[in-house]
Amino acid sequence: MSDTVATAPIESRIAVPKQIDPKTGLPRPNFLQDGGKGLKSWLFTLDHKRIAVLYLITISVAFFLGGIFALLIRLELFEPGKQFFNAEQYNKLFTLHGAIMIFLFIIPSIPAILGNFVLPLQIGAKDVAFPRLNLASWYIYVFGSLFAIASIIISAADTGWTFYTPYSSSSSSTAVIPMTIGVFILGFSSIFTGLNFIVTVHKLRTPGMTWFKMPLMIWGLYATAIIQVLATPVLGITVLLLILERAFGIGIFDPAMGGDPVLYQHFFWFYSHPAVYIMILPGMGIISELITAFSRRKIFGYTFIAFSSMAIALVSFLVWGHHMFVSGQSEIAVMIFSFLTFMVAIPSAIKVFNWTVTLYKGSIVFSVPMLYALSFLFLFTIGGLTGLMIGTLSVDVHLHDTYFIVAHFHYVMVGGTVMALMGGLFYWWPKIWGRMYNRTWALVGWILTFVGFNMTFFTQFILGARGMPRRYWTYLDQYQPLHGFSSVGSFILGIGFLISAIVLFVAVHHGRPAGSNPWGALTLEWTQTTSPPVEHNFDGEAVYEHGPYDYDKVIPKVSI
Amino acid sequence: MDTTATFWLPTAGSTVAHEVDSTFMFIVWMSTFFFLLIVGLMVFFAWRYRRRSGDEVKLDTGPTHSKLLEATWIGIPLVLVMIIFVWGFRGYMRMRVVPANALEIKVTGQQWFWSFSYPSGATTVNELVVPADQPIKLLMSSKDVIHSFYVPAFRIKQDVLPNRYTVAWFESKYPGSYQLFCAEYCGTNHSEMIGKVRVLPHAEYASWLEQSTAEVTGLSPVDYGRQLYKSKACITCHTVDGSPGNGPSFLGVFGKETDFADGSELVVDENYIRESILSPRAKVVAGFQPIMPTYQGVLTDKEIDGLIAFIKSLGGGSE
Repeated sequence: MSDTVATAPIESRIAVPKQIDPKTGLPRPNFLQDGGKGLKSWLFTLDHKRIAVLYLITISVAFFLGGIFALLIRLELFEPGKQFFNAEQYNKLFTLHGAIMIFLFIIPSIPAILGNFVLPLQIGAKDVAFPRLNLASWYIYVFGSLFAIASIIISAADTGWTFYTPYSSSSSSTAVIPMTIGVFILGFSSIFTGLNFIVTVHKLRTPGMTWFKMPLMIWGLYATAIIQVLATPVLGITVLLLILERAFGIGIFDPAMGGDPVLYQHFFWFYSHPAVYIMILPGMGIISELITAFSRRKIFGYTFIAFSSMAIALVSFLVWGHHMFVSGQSEIAVMIFSFLTFMVAIPSAIKVFNWTVTLYKGSIVFSVPMLYALSFLFLFTIGGLTGLMIGTLSVDVHLHDTYFIVAHFHYVMVGGTVMALMGGLFYWWPKIWGRMYNRTWALVGWILTFVGFNMTFFTQFILGARGMPRRYWTYLDQYQPLHGFSSVGSFILGIGFLISAIVLFVAVHHGRPAGSNPWGALTLEWTQTTSPPVEHNFDGEAVYEHGPYDYDKVIPKVSI
Repeated sequence: MDTTATFWLPTAGSTVAHEVDSTFMFIVWMSTFFFLLIVGLMVFFAWRYRRRSGDEVKLDTGPTHSKLLEATWIGIPLVLVMIIFVWGFRGYMRMRVVPANALEIKVTGQQWFWSFSYPSGATTVNELVVPADQPIKLLMSSKDVIHSFYVPAFRIKQDVLPNRYTVAWFESKYPGSYQLFCAEYCGTNHSEMIGKVRVLPHAEYASWLEQSTAEVTGLSPVDYGRQLYKSKACITCHTVDGSPGNGPSFLGVFGKETDFADGSELVVDENYIRESILSPRAKVVAGFQPIMPTYQGVLTDKEIDGLIAFIKSLGGGSE
């Protein structure tokens, strides 16, 4: 089978830039060569595409670290009692896994890597609005990450990634302060990226690309950026208050000093619930791109998908209390939060139905990115539907803080966001590097990831419903078979990710040339520039000739 | 009613469990239906409209929008989620409104054990004993960080806070022993902050209460101490076989010269043990973390005497 969308030769009505410059007869210089070759040319680059690559490298390191911690957790949980680590070490492991995966990996992942690379290209801009601020965000990300990683060397926090007070204000672990300073700094990276994207989308769209002619990926990133800018400061203030309390004994959350620990939970979730949508909205954007490109269909219900992103972004600010149904809130507060939680489920459902119907009468290609998109639909549907159970008050009382919650958010975050990220990487990889990966090995990686993921986490729905609390170093014997099965699955999942990473890495140097538009897609990054793109994205100004999904009007030429 | 565990859910041991379970199972079946619908359509469309090799790319002919369809898949889910919202809220209110005739028991959470005190003055640790067919009101608070009182079989869970009281209630019609967990992460031994809820028939409960309320007599101080060593949760962190747990083993400590984290040293005697029970962080044995909670107000003088006698009996490596 071919690596690309091979079809019988057909006439193209749209001109795709030739990889070879007709004037010189040589391949066009691209951003990988044009900006210079040395390390300095990368560390001081202002090119959004190079900054995306910098993020790709650093965020991959974070994902690898977080993944290692995950596997160590599953090793320990294979059987009850001590396997490799004692309770204190285990508590540090799950804290590090959570904190690294959330703050260093999943929040920046899609916006900072793929958003940075794709957003200016898709709207026909030469770069983001503030290239220097963009580079600064990356440095701030690295700086914040160093604090978080330094905390591991000091002793590692054992508070859980949520840093709940008063445990975090009284815990003997000295690493709470560096870890939370890291989180505080990382927040600025996120805010700057969001700000940059908002301005870029408003000001730099190529002539002709009106709001409702933008690719849905842009809508997803735009909605995300709004949350990044509005919600992240609250997290910054919250961890700053926590640091003040620990360092100077100023009583805010710790009742021993006159504070209120539940206030911390309100502050924390006021950011961290919208943050869930920072993680998933850009992934939803990717899925809209993949499903249309590989079914050759105009997206079904464009405006509904676009507006549902905005609806999610707005309502997401009003549902934080559903993390606190048993924390002692008043009944009226709990009722309102439950109601709004069900309201936010509707726009997600709208998207899922629209994506599914987009497949109808399409011309569907089972490429690697498409398989990730279909897995997203499968897994995100489970993640979303189990959200209904924990949004239901009486049922959540039973399920709260059990493995059911752990399974639910892994289905949304890994089954949703990470599957979308993988699909996006396999989709845009030929554009970023100009080279195509090995399809067979990519499929092996995909199937192991999909099977391993379900083995690891579906088991945890059952564990949780049967009452297994989360963050337990040891557990009752009755839970062992399911825990053991989950641990086996986690290693299959880990191998799947490893194979995919190797496939992508090898392709960078050894893949065969991919051509400008290997998928025959219709968004500007495929139709108006080469692979890899030239330094300022387009020769001259990008021309808006047709909508992003006008497969009913234009036959894109598959160029190899 | 059937109380046995199902594939999804544990034993249903309380009066609210059945309503919670039916709400849960309704959502499970509804979700299964929608999952099969979406994934079924996805697989069907993907297969039916797959591009066959040699196919030409066709200009798209399918529909691109339909207000009717959008209204359908907004309207139907909206109605369904409103049903489960109301159903869930009603069940929740049943869990919140404590019946007037409830028996009140004070629950204290602290790192890392539960203690229960009864109106009669009886106290227990890590074991809540209650009569069947009687609503039980739990008035709960924490001595340190946030804990959460969770009995899966009763489908109840409530965070236990250090700065105010929280309340939960349950009624069980089924005598038996049910698992109690701490569900809110509370530090090193969070996973061992577990216990049992024992539901007894009325007559048995009455005699248990009478027995527990009366002074413990007839035991030698050493045996009494050994009993307290288990019932007051010393056993969670201190072994009696010489192997270190979260705290030093009790084996052979009495009369031993011990080094402390601050560099000082001391021979372990009665006063040191008493101080370590009431102010555990005053002198921390070298090599251990200062994580032991205070037992001030938890143990009586008589109980401390018993524990000291028990530890003394382990001195010198021979019981």
